[in-house]
Amino acid sequence: MKGIQLDLISEDKLDGMTSMEKVRLILDEVRNGKILVLEKGLTPSEQNKLIELTMTEIAPDDFSGIEIESYPVKHNDNLFSKLLGKTTLKTRLTVIGPASQLKTIKKDRDLISALVSP
Amino acid sequence: MGIIKSLKMNFTWFKKFFKKKRARIGIYGPPNAGKTTLANRIIRDWTGDAMGSVSAIPHETRRARRREGVTIDSNGSSVTLDIIDTPGLATKIDFHDFMAFGMSEEESKRRAKEATEGVIEAVKWLDDLDGVILVMDATEDPYTQVNVTVIGNMEARKLPLLIAANKIDLPTSSPARIHSAFPQHPLVPISALEGQNIDMLYKEIADHFG
Repeated sequence: MKGIQLDLISEDKLDGMTSMEKVRLILDEVRNGKILVLEKGLTPSEQNKLIELTMTEIAPDDFSGIEIESYPVKHNDNLFSKLLGKTTLKTRLTVIGPASQLKTIKKDRDLISALVSP
Repeated sequence: MGIIKSLKMNFTWFKKFFKKKRARIGIYGPPNAGKTTLANRIIRDWTGDAMGSVSAIPHETRRARRREGVTIDSNGSSVTLDIIDTPGLATKIDFHDFMAFGMSEEESKRRAKEATEGVIEAVKWLDDLDGVILVMDATEDPYTQVNVTVIGNMEARKLPLLIAANKIDLPTSSPARIHSAFPQHPLVPISALEGQNIDMLYKEIADHFG
């Protein structure tokens, strides 16, 4: 059966990886034509690393970059965090694929609608 | 009462004394949002100079441009900024997109290569800023990954962010859509091209980054 491979990567697996391991895994898999769904998403600094590395790998007629879509981060500002004066950011589900195959149709705070082409 | 007043005055003096003399502010956004048009307007209004050329072709700005010591006075507040006009952030750059604007293949490939370097430079600048003016095209969907990434970065670093909802001179613009997407950040609807609400933006800049 022909088709596009879709890998859904759990929060637990992502938690056990370093930032660079995540970025490398994403780029390698996406360059192999896979679509990845990350349960937890990437931190802002990991997103920066991914953008930087993607730019270094773009090559004419070979790789034009990635399509990445994630929901805006959530603020984890429960009472305990407020008392400590700390609010942490919670990253959310993220979809990443080759720019040549994945196209976002619509996105809002809680919905990502995308088109995948072979 | 007197002690509190005295403490308050001392604190104000303390704040003024240690207040940062200059804030380094980056102008960020996706390609073609109007970053350089806005940078040009700010620089022209306060120094009489210009920052860089603008174009309908994406990634016209492929090197960050910096202008130091731009003093903005608004409503009694004054702030001196180092302004960095950054290349448009993107996660994909396809040289075919430039060919659609009539460029040759060779020229398009060169522009694409320079654009990738510009994106890397824009990302690296995020580490060295005191705040960001995020320029969004008010005619477009606000939930682009570029917007989400820049806002996430600023929130993680707890740095001030001001949203300029640009292109309100166009009939399909909707700054309200941007506000409902990112209500936690101040927003000024502007037309960098025609100068609409630009004084309102200067007031917000002076209040926010001063």
